[in-house]
Amino acid sequence: MAEVSVNNGVNIDALLAAREALKGAPEAAKFTWRASCKWQKGTHATSTVQGFHGLGDEQRHKTQFSFETDHPEVFASEDHGATPVELVLVGLASCLTAGVATVAQNRGIQLRSVEAKLEGKMNLYGILGIDSDVRNGYDDIKVTFHIDADASKKDIEALVAQSQKRSAVFDIVTNPTNVTVEVV
Amino acid sequence: MIGAGHAGLAISRVLAERAIDHVVLERGEVANSWRCERWDSLRLLTPNWQSRLPGYAYAGAEPDGFMTMPELIRHITNFAAVTSAPVRTHTTVTAVRRADGGYRVATDQGEIRCRCVVLASGAANVPRVPALRQVVPEPIECVTAFDYHNPQRLPRGGVLVVGASATGVQLADEILRSGRRVTLAVGEHVRLPRRYRGQDVLWWMERSGVWSQRYDEIDDLQRARGLPSPQLVGTPEPMTLDLNALQSMGVEIVGRLAAIRDGRALFSGGLRNQFALADLKMQRLLDTFDAWASSAALDIEVTPAERFEPTRAPTAPRLSLDLRSGEIRSILWATGFRPDYRWLEVPVLDRKGELRHDGGVVADAPGMYAIGLPVLRRRKSTFILGAEDDARDLIEHLAGYLAQGGRHTG
Repeated sequence: MAEVSVNNGVNIDALLAAREALKGAPEAAKFTWRASCKWQKGTHATSTVQGFHGLGDEQRHKTQFSFETDHPEVFASEDHGATPVELVLVGLASCLTAGVATVAQNRGIQLRSVEAKLEGKMNLYGILGIDSDVRNGYDDIKVTFHIDADASKKDIEALVAQSQKRSAVFDIVTNPTNVTVEVV
Repeated sequence: MIGAGHAGLAISRVLAERAIDHVVLERGEVANSWRCERWDSLRLLTPNWQSRLPGYAYAGAEPDGFMTMPELIRHITNFAAVTSAPVRTHTTVTAVRRADGGYRVATDQGEIRCRCVVLASGAANVPRVPALRQVVPEPIECVTAFDYHNPQRLPRGGVLVVGASATGVQLADEILRSGRRVTLAVGEHVRLPRRYRGQDVLWWMERSGVWSQRYDEIDDLQRARGLPSPQLVGTPEPMTLDLNALQSMGVEIVGRLAAIRDGRALFSGGLRNQFALADLKMQRLLDTFDAWASSAALDIEVTPAERFEPTRAPTAPRLSLDLRSGEIRSILWATGFRPDYRWLEVPVLDRKGELRHDGGVVADAPGMYAIGLPVLRRRKSTFILGAEDDARDLIEHLAGYLAQGGRHTG
């Protein structure tokens, strides 16, 4: 489907080839992603990612990536970085955006600009333990895309729908995930 | 031939035309699954005039009606009689094994040796129920579309219907009408209006050629084969049974059932996107119909193009439901079916238990064929009218195989 003239910087041929190859190699498709986190002071922590497992072997990002997290001053913190819940929005936005670019490339749609605004609504009565009926996390997340592309509004809507359908973070946020936390 | 349903009988008819010696093995009576494995009120979702088989058209008084199960059983039984199909009823196949130059078919009535085997035992032999069923808390009764007969047999009280295929929406509707509260968990689904531009939507599927699209022309065949059945129902008066219709009647819509944790059912928050995908796909299909109608200069025969209201998203769909609260007394799993190949002792299944085949020609098993599976050779493969074209293609292949002596060619 991809048209030669369309270039969103996504190597779709390599992705499609990998998809075909992985069909016959189910073990290689099993990935493990990792992050490490080190407490600094107060609510400030530094997290890093570099290694991960996949394609049957240990893999590494080219460099180590580092993320500062903290709480803002209105929470009586020093605001050394984004709040962890903002990083969740960052994860969702960037996953959907990468998906939009990939699907667009696959469908032969040239993108000129893609911007997303995210809003997550949260009632602090949850994390502060004031009302047990209020959950800790977001009770509603809204993503608004502004996309300039060589495509009809309908095709752009289909692009964004398909991106959600294939998004890992969208799945993680909208569906329950089993989490084990241990102390060693 | 294994199975005397409409597909097996269509194959039998085409074999008879070519004077190829054969026998049709049937564990019960002709049209057995339709007799024994369907709920009481079920009607076909294809109009009567589409229930045609090779050389055998519907000749009744209501071409636009939808057959009840007794009517369909009569239709298929008559077809078997008219074609004098060599059916051996009450003959259950217990094993199919390779043998020199063909296959050995073991049955409870003795063994048959043959050069070719056609699997026509159906696509819907066993309900597909997610592993979640294991953790449904005690007081809840679990029912599949196989066990379900009518709402009166369900416990009193609310029902959670899981799955929004044809089965899911039809049973949600019927159960709601019995006076019970119904919550419908919706994942990927196929939305269709019953009628479009003055014709049945399946008239459009057939006439526009969409249904005849071949399996080797479809981009993502695996996906096409795994699609849930369309949200259609056959009723005496044609009606659309999409999620808007169900919501107007009072069915509560929630997201896909994602987990059951501590006795609570947890639903996906991705419901809006499921609606968006289904609405977009329906639009695209209707656009295809419109384009075909213009190119075929049909605009005078059909009423003007229509567009339907997008699926209404509940403002705050529930994300969880306490299964111990008494609100729900039973769960109806409308989560699909799969074929049963436990008797097939030839290594032709993939790691997920699906038959490996190329348009019904089974892989690595010369002389073995399958019919009646989703998008086997065409989009219409699982519908009654889809059997003929597939049967003719497969028998063409089979006859060629027999003519060259049935030797392995690979």
